[in-house]
Amino acid sequence: MSGYRVTGAGRVDRARTVAFTFDGQTYQGYEGDTLASALLASGVTLFGRSFKYHRPRGVMAAGVEDANALVSVTRGPGRFTPNLRATAVEIYEGLEASSQNRWPSLKTDMLAVNDRLGMFFPAGFYNKTFMWPRSFWEKLYEPTIRKMAGLGNSPTEIDPDHYTAAYVHCDLLVVGAGRAGLEAALAEAGSDKRVILIDEQNELGGWALSDPDQAQWLAQSVATLTAAANVRILTRCTAFGFYHDNFVGAVERLTDHLAQPGSGAREKLWRIRAGEVVLAQGAIERPLVFEGNDTPGVMLASAARTWLYRYGVAIGRRPALMASHDSGWQDAFAMAAGGVTISAIVDVRDTVDDALLRQAADLGIAVHLGSSVIGVSGRHKVTGVEIAANSGTGRKRIACDALMMAGGWTPTLHLWSHSKGTIAWDESLGAYVPDKANENVRCAGACSGQMDLGTGVVVPALPTPKDASRIKAFVDFQNDVTAKDIGLAVREGFKSIEHVKRYTTNGMATDQGKTSNINGLQLAATALGRPVVDVGLTTFRPPYTPQTFGALAGHAKDALFQATRKTGIDGWAQDNGAVFEPVSQWRRAWYFPQDGEDMHAAVNRECRAVRESVGIFDASTLGKIEVVGPDAAEFLNRMYTNPWKMLEPGRCRYGLLLREDGFITDDGVAGRISPNRFHVTTTTGGAARVLAMMEDYLQTEWPDLDVWLTSTTEQWSVIALQGPRARDVLSALDTDIDLSPEAFPHMSVRLGQICGVPVRLFRVSFTGELGFEINVPAEYGPAVWKQIVAAGQPYGITPYGTETMHVLRAEKGYIIVGQDTDGTVTPMDAGLNWAIGKKKKDFVGKRSLARPDIVAPGRKHLVGLLTEDPSLVLEEGAQIVADPAQPVPMTMLGHVTSSYWSEALGRSIAFALVAGGQERMDETLHIPMPGAVHKAQVSGMVFFDPEGARINV
Amino acid sequence: MLLIHCPYCDEKRPEIEFAYGGEAHIARPLDPSALSDEEWETYLFIRSNARGRHHERWRHIHGCGRFFNAVRDTVTDKFETTYKAGEERR
Repeated sequence: MSGYRVTGAGRVDRARTVAFTFDGQTYQGYEGDTLASALLASGVTLFGRSFKYHRPRGVMAAGVEDANALVSVTRGPGRFTPNLRATAVEIYEGLEASSQNRWPSLKTDMLAVNDRLGMFFPAGFYNKTFMWPRSFWEKLYEPTIRKMAGLGNSPTEIDPDHYTAAYVHCDLLVVGAGRAGLEAALAEAGSDKRVILIDEQNELGGWALSDPDQAQWLAQSVATLTAAANVRILTRCTAFGFYHDNFVGAVERLTDHLAQPGSGAREKLWRIRAGEVVLAQGAIERPLVFEGNDTPGVMLASAARTWLYRYGVAIGRRPALMASHDSGWQDAFAMAAGGVTISAIVDVRDTVDDALLRQAADLGIAVHLGSSVIGVSGRHKVTGVEIAANSGTGRKRIACDALMMAGGWTPTLHLWSHSKGTIAWDESLGAYVPDKANENVRCAGACSGQMDLGTGVVVPALPTPKDASRIKAFVDFQNDVTAKDIGLAVREGFKSIEHVKRYTTNGMATDQGKTSNINGLQLAATALGRPVVDVGLTTFRPPYTPQTFGALAGHAKDALFQATRKTGIDGWAQDNGAVFEPVSQWRRAWYFPQDGEDMHAAVNRECRAVRESVGIFDASTLGKIEVVGPDAAEFLNRMYTNPWKMLEPGRCRYGLLLREDGFITDDGVAGRISPNRFHVTTTTGGAARVLAMMEDYLQTEWPDLDVWLTSTTEQWSVIALQGPRARDVLSALDTDIDLSPEAFPHMSVRLGQICGVPVRLFRVSFTGELGFEINVPAEYGPAVWKQIVAAGQPYGITPYGTETMHVLRAEKGYIIVGQDTDGTVTPMDAGLNWAIGKKKKDFVGKRSLARPDIVAPGRKHLVGLLTEDPSLVLEEGAQIVADPAQPVPMTMLGHVTSSYWSEALGRSIAFALVAGGQERMDETLHIPMPGAVHKAQVSGMVFFDPEGARINV
Repeated sequence: MLLIHCPYCDEKRPEIEFAYGGEAHIARPLDPSALSDEEWETYLFIRSNARGRHHERWRHIHGCGRFFNAVRDTVTDKFETTYKAGEERR
């Protein structure tokens, strides 16, 4: 024996030594070791400090259920992972791991004082102690508590790794590759079913890896499955959640175990849709609840056996066993057979099977029946235990250097419960087992309650002659919840297990109560004096074990987080120095600064250019819907507030779209291309919504209408040419369309060709100037744009962006749906009564315009606002009050929706939604903003060229 | 993620291909202006909010684009059936 390594035992590769560090100190293990097994082999017992009391902790379990030994692993900048289980970290050459939640060091942790102040930290202490004064919570209490109580540190740098994902379908998914899982997969090996076998560990086998008697069977089974072409095997892969219709999420860890991780993906998210699922997740041994059960060196009996037979590590020279279940005796006997001296077996039961007693006697192991461990000596390592008969008499010390505990078994029902399968209480197991399936899923092996591990009794907490209010007997090791905390919660009136859980935080740590739920439930049921089944069980929720954000995000980050839609003209804008802004999913040119201009200078210049000569604007993002069919006009007539049937081909109309509740949802100009064809435009952000709404009415309310709807947003490049010189520029281009005002009046559309390509030429204006919108097939957009820019040079043609577009439209009182409206604004509120077809019997939302609330006085109206100080530009969103001297909270009349500097007017302008606004014309209102309260006068919304003389030229 | 049977495509497809469309079999009145405020309120806002069997509309928006009706149990979140728009309530 070297250290605690046992010669000849275990599956680790003795030929390959691996050097790694823990808290800066170098250790050696073997390939196949976990961080936990390699450190135990080196005699390390102290792995971390507990969450609340900063008590020294070792490893309690050998698998992912371990609640104590949380560590951080660093692999260089950005590659820092906290809160990993030492029992699930495979060692590799150069691994750098460190302990957590201690200062200045693991051995000397100043905050261990919390352990002695335990009386101040009962269940719910943060709800009681830190309530007053309230203002202290955010600045003092919470940061202090977070510093004292906690897990590992969060990474501080961006994760440079990448993560991949895949969808996969199979006929049979087996979760867990222990004996039951392997058998389920073997039954279909070589069949025509697509089988996926998943296991979270580095090799298949589960418990069979800890049982040399099964080694040969295991090797044969793995060979058969590996050779089977229809079986896909995923190791180091955790099925973390079971979702509807046999949809299982799993994360495969690809590189964390490699000394040279390479440049491939770190983890892979598998989204698996399975015909049938077999859950073979096994069972988890339960700790026993007694004082000192968290001392480093106290661990589950099955874990001790795993360390010996899988990893070749003895947990001590002469461990003792505390059992309430036969399985612990078998583990002790197996340890003894492996050369480990068992110093004593203590069992809370008065009688056990004679065969166990005979075997113990044969091995020379002292047995204490009807007794319990009532204390553990040693702080960083077990040095002995004190036991007493259950009556409290006969207290004595047993010398030992580790303690195994065997409290029975809890079937792992996590995924079963995610799938909403029901569970039933099994009295003989003292645990819940699967009952009725809700999906095509079944449990196999230990997780179904099928266990051949002997019998045992369920003991909520071991009997002790000590004062129960003065001892710490842990139930939830990771959250530092003790038996007395649960008793306290019940005494304070918490009767539901869900409330007990939240008050004590039992089962709420990162291990989700894998080792604590049933013990906590037993304690609560005992305290309540009710049967366990009446107390219920808390809900299991994904993930089964913690997963990285990286794996869940996959490729959906940075530039791939959301698609960026670009118009055909976007490249030109970029080449010409545009500053962009996102508008729904589009990136749009915001403004085009020249020679170091700031935004305001650029926008003022762009505005002047449009008002004085000509500007060019990329309007391609406008939503476009082609409405076609003999009933197209009838359809639009029913959808929009405006009348459409009399609109002549070649003419355009502004359309206002309401929801059925009467509120504005979209607007846009539509042109009648031919009697049966309309070119309808929508807002940039509303395109998909409007098309979906139209489809809804067409398919489900008016299926008799013969109409086809097609999204054409991306089929057209739209170039807006605006300004008094717009016609001059257009005339300089090669086009067959008569541009004269007589032949082509405002609000009309012409089909023809321009620059040799087909065009739908609209004469429309969102600026108040003479304007055209040149629609050409999208692929010709950039070429036509460049020709227009070239033709516009004599007039100083100026590209402008969305900011200038906003200013120009606001000067003219044109609203933007979604900015000046918010889903509670009617046409009357917005001053758009003129857009309602008065003679129309019906349209979507018409009936609602007569609803009592909508005709009632005092509604918010959209109005103009002119500040007393013309140079002051109000903040959009600022609130409006009638009397700034009124006490707080003030009565707010509304808010500013749009606000700009108007270069054309030489002053600021704004729109606002104001209660009773249309009756408040010329009234002075007040707008409190940071630093000052500003005055503004209510006005109409058309600030520039109210007669519209500039459009009709 | 649910699998939903589209009665037009006659295939079970993942939920992300579909859009929910609210309660089914609520026909828009033929002459809304003839309705009282209470009747219009009922049409606009009042829904059954069933616990259990719920008739609802879905649209195979990233597939065939068609609206159809479904019966789904709001407790178990399981689909009982789906059927084409215009067919009798099931």
